[in-house]
Amino acid sequence: MKPAAFAYHRPRSLAEALDVLAELGADGKVLAGGQSLVPLMSMRLSSPAALVDVNHVPGLDTVEVDQDTVRVGALARHTRVEHDEAAYAAAPLLRQALQLVAHPTIRNRGTSVGSLVHADPASELPAVLCLLDGHVTLRTADGSRDVAAEHFFRGPMECDLRPGELAVSATFRRPAAGSRTAFVEVARRHGDYAICGVGAVVSPDGAARVALVGVGDGPALVRLTDAEDTGRTRSLVDAAIEPEADIHASADYRRHLAHVLVRRCLDEARAA
Amino acid sequence: MTTKLFGERVPRVEDARLVTGNGRFLDDLGHDALEAAFVRSPHAHARILDIDVSDALDVDGLVAIYTYEDLDGRAGEHLPLLIPHPTLTHGRTQHALAAEEVNHVGEAIAMVVATSRYVAEDAAARIRVEYDFLPAVIGVEAAREAADLVHEDVPGNVAAHMVQQTGDADAAIDAAAHVLELDLEIERSASMPLEGKGVLARWDADDESLLVHTSTQTSTSVRQAIAAKLGLPVDRVEVVTPDVGGGFGVKIVHPWPEELLVPWAAIRLGRPVKWTEDRREHFVSSAHERGQLHHVRVGYDDDGVLAGLSVRFWHDNGAYIPYGLIVPIITSTQLLGPYKPGVYRVEFDSLYTNTVIVTPYRGAGRPQGCFVMERVMDAIAAERGLDRTVVRRRNFIAPDEMPYDQGLVFQDGRPLVYDSGDFPASLDKLKELVGWDDFTAYRDRARAQGRTVGIGLACYVEGTGVGPYEGGHLRVETDGTVVVSTGLTSQGQGHQTMLAQIVADELGVPFERVRVTTGDTRRFKYAVGTFASRTAVMSGSAVALTARRVREKALAIAAQALEVDATDLEVVDGHVQVKGSPSSQIDLGAVAVLSNPLRYAFDEAAARATQFAAPADPDRPPIEAGERPGLEGTEYYSPPRSTFANGMHAVVVETDADTAEIKVLRYCVVHDCGTLINPMIVEGQIHGGVAQGVGGALYERMEYAPDGQLLNASFMDFLMPYATEVPEIEIDHLVTPSPLNPLGVKGAGEAGVIPGAAAIASAIEDAEGITITRMPISPSELFELRRARKDSA
Amino acid sequence: MSDVLVEVSFSVNGAPYDLEVPARRLLSDVLRHDLLLTGTHVGCEHGVCGACTVLLDGAPVRACLIFAVSLDGSAITTTEGCRAPDGGMGPVQRAFHECHALQCGFCTPGFVTTVTDYLRHHPAPSREEAREAIAGNLCRCTGYQNIVAAVQRAAELVEGERP
Repeated sequence: MKPAAFAYHRPRSLAEALDVLAELGADGKVLAGGQSLVPLMSMRLSSPAALVDVNHVPGLDTVEVDQDTVRVGALARHTRVEHDEAAYAAAPLLRQALQLVAHPTIRNRGTSVGSLVHADPASELPAVLCLLDGHVTLRTADGSRDVAAEHFFRGPMECDLRPGELAVSATFRRPAAGSRTAFVEVARRHGDYAICGVGAVVSPDGAARVALVGVGDGPALVRLTDAEDTGRTRSLVDAAIEPEADIHASADYRRHLAHVLVRRCLDEARAA
Repeated sequence: MTTKLFGERVPRVEDARLVTGNGRFLDDLGHDALEAAFVRSPHAHARILDIDVSDALDVDGLVAIYTYEDLDGRAGEHLPLLIPHPTLTHGRTQHALAAEEVNHVGEAIAMVVATSRYVAEDAAARIRVEYDFLPAVIGVEAAREAADLVHEDVPGNVAAHMVQQTGDADAAIDAAAHVLELDLEIERSASMPLEGKGVLARWDADDESLLVHTSTQTSTSVRQAIAAKLGLPVDRVEVVTPDVGGGFGVKIVHPWPEELLVPWAAIRLGRPVKWTEDRREHFVSSAHERGQLHHVRVGYDDDGVLAGLSVRFWHDNGAYIPYGLIVPIITSTQLLGPYKPGVYRVEFDSLYTNTVIVTPYRGAGRPQGCFVMERVMDAIAAERGLDRTVVRRRNFIAPDEMPYDQGLVFQDGRPLVYDSGDFPASLDKLKELVGWDDFTAYRDRARAQGRTVGIGLACYVEGTGVGPYEGGHLRVETDGTVVVSTGLTSQGQGHQTMLAQIVADELGVPFERVRVTTGDTRRFKYAVGTFASRTAVMSGSAVALTARRVREKALAIAAQALEVDATDLEVVDGHVQVKGSPSSQIDLGAVAVLSNPLRYAFDEAAARATQFAAPADPDRPPIEAGERPGLEGTEYYSPPRSTFANGMHAVVVETDADTAEIKVLRYCVVHDCGTLINPMIVEGQIHGGVAQGVGGALYERMEYAPDGQLLNASFMDFLMPYATEVPEIEIDHLVTPSPLNPLGVKGAGEAGVIPGAAAIASAIEDAEGITITRMPISPSELFELRRARKDSA
Repeated sequence: MSDVLVEVSFSVNGAPYDLEVPARRLLSDVLRHDLLLTGTHVGCEHGVCGACTVLLDGAPVRACLIFAVSLDGSAITTTEGCRAPDGGMGPVQRAFHECHALQCGFCTPGFVTTVTDYLRHHPAPSREEAREAIAGNLCRCTGYQNIVAAVQRAAELVEGERP
């Protein structure tokens, strides 16, 4: 399984990368971690005409924490973000979710921003971006725009990324002081994509937000003003998700798991 | 002083090269070779109307494109039907490249040869094939219903219909006090070694000879097939097995289309050609196994003792049937396990479907048979309210009933006669190991903690060491090295170590001096292959006999040289010495020199054997009639029938009341493979088999869509267990030596996998109180079963 | 389109290489077929089996999921680089040998590099931790039990080699 040939660009600066992307337009695809892109190319399910390899662009692998946000650069590998102590102190949910992403070896090369752009409905980070009111910063040669989580994920494997754009960073808002978080999932094997996963942020006042993955076209965000009311929680979750059947699980099982895992996630968050 | 090695945990000689990255697997060879890729059918069933290669022709680096039209001579014939059988009335095999019709997704249509695999795939992607679609027959039920046919000239999609019976089973069942009927299903999985197939071929135009490396389980048979299909004299073809990254059965099939096409292309092009199978190819164009549907009727008395058993099953053999009926025959016969079935009748249809071919995968039909029989035992126990071990014990063949003739014909064409085994003793050991009698208390404690647990068990019998034969060759070199070869092959089982242990002990030489080669037709030409857990029995025995023969010869020559009687001599540490007087000795290497009377001395040692140097009887010929020069020998071992290993597994599982996830808490194995040559290697084989059994019970299934697409043709979606999915395995051994071979050994290679699905199903059923009739089972499926039970309550 | 060659420089097991390879050539193929370091194996080419795992600037990555040209300036270590200085078994490799943690040996290189890195960060794993450490690599032969034991044995041997 070998990829088809492509035109290769190795920019050495962000400006150069953006210029090349502008030139290539729809023909250009960004190569960062490659953990999702390369197997698709090897199977020839995706054969981009040109790859812009940003792995040699300095300054993109940062993890910056300030009093409001954690900002993760385009080339920050999952492992880097997972182990960053300042990021963990600011937003533990990042590490809680990242520990469930594939296996450490994949995390050593895959990037968190890349995972967001890839927008797999079974992946964890889009849920985290939603739960933490995050946004993705997209740059072109001409300018920059921020897209909030709720608008970024358009559908399965589809996000609001236009030709010529590079997602340079993802910004996660620190939850309110005293918030507690957790991420749980059920997968067939250790490290597999979640059949269903749930992340939760429980606010100091007891209200909670949960985001579910693997049960719809993208992360399903549910606000639970009173997380204690299990009946109401159930109907809200039911309304938010559209699970489908595949070879690993039936739709009904996924729906069942959604309810089980929302409860487990909230319990775990509260116990944190 | 040489320590006895037979029975010892000798570390492996293979490791030094393998663990440091110095292994030589197929794709590690032939860096100068051209590389091949294939155009494979994307459709399950279609007629080929046209193949248009024009767009591929200007790909830079392309060397050649071949289709069926190019195959000359016998290369264009159907691939052989390897194992004919009188009941296999409608055997069909494919062409090396599809002629007019394709019958499964993945079937090879065109071969591209280029300067690299990348380029070959580029060219292959540009080849356009026009198809006329035909309806795809997918799954046993569709095949059986036969609304559509896979092969137009095979009515009902039935390749074969076979019945074996020991009497009128239906009458026995009807007359029994109690009758049960069960419908059971096992789904398709596959061997899935980490290394796929691969072939490298070099044609020497000066010598007019062909050298082929292939990742196979039977180099001698591949050689015969290549010679036959390419019209070459057999002695101009050699086949060498490199290091092989696992086989588990899939690499016993031969000749794969590629095993013919790659050499064929190498000859035509006059350049070495290599093909390395990629993972997707392996999924759609190698082989699968396990898919069967069973309907069972059993009659038994108040004590749960079987009066009659009637099994009707349908076996999915895929689009073609090159390996014949081995898998369903093994299911039919080994289903009986360690039990006396009363009157037994088994009937099966082997059915074509538009899917990948089905050939043996570790266990080779036994897991299905074991699943059926063990579900029957559990069902009887449930109906009678008896402990599941009690029902089994009541039906066991007793040790003093050995040898026990089940009255059937086995996969080797010979009577199914169990030669040895102590099933009651094995069961006692298993109960002890897992704590069977304490389980109720354990379950109660778990329940108090809100946990759901269950225990299950399964027993099996395995006919191992099938014939017809294997051979061994041994030669002591003049420097004392002992060179050993056998014709069958290795895929990681430690044969080089195991056979060296046997030789070291039998011949009396240090282990380090023994070098073993397997699977190289240049070194050993007569062999069958590695499958059916036969190496230790067959090659082990052959090599032992060879070593004994050479030892005899060494003693005879040394006796002359030392001027003593051969009976006064022994071989210790590579020296032939007088018993009790070790200073009077001669090194085996020196004996090797003496064994070869010379005219010319090529070194100082050789001078000892020249015609003027050695004391000789002038009236005797230097080589007596019937003798040969050299300290070497070749012996064969050919048993009258298989020797029967057996085992029993017990499993404790926990199920999650909410998520329906299933976890194996304990996995216990009691295993009887006769005498153990290297317990470390045997345990390793069991561990690996158990992991495949767990995989087959809880994770692995080939998912075919109704249109014949294989939906999970990758490791992302075909779920092989990682370390976190495989439990710790506890093993205890029982040893009932085989009376059928000089070493008392039985095969051990497949044992670990055979009862996995049965034991785990038994445990889940015990935990949940839901009857499990189909494996594998996923949490989603357990959830659905729970719901169905709730709905029907 | 045909392959344009791209320059890339990186070191493998301490030796520097200046190469010109097609952009689409996977690191696994460059290592195996251009540098003739065939110790790294290819089992799936979609990143799941782990047989191709090498160390990139010390961290395990899948060589089948990286284009070699992306690694300009990097340092790569393969299983060959985990040998002893005399070319014999390094401590992790020796542990695998002692514990019978390999049968066919095809998956082994990926485990060796993974475990080599793991022990640098977790010098004394428990049995459960050892099992978790190798949970991203497939083995079809061993059933993993002896590999888990090898991780712990390797920890002892690595510790023993510490000056």
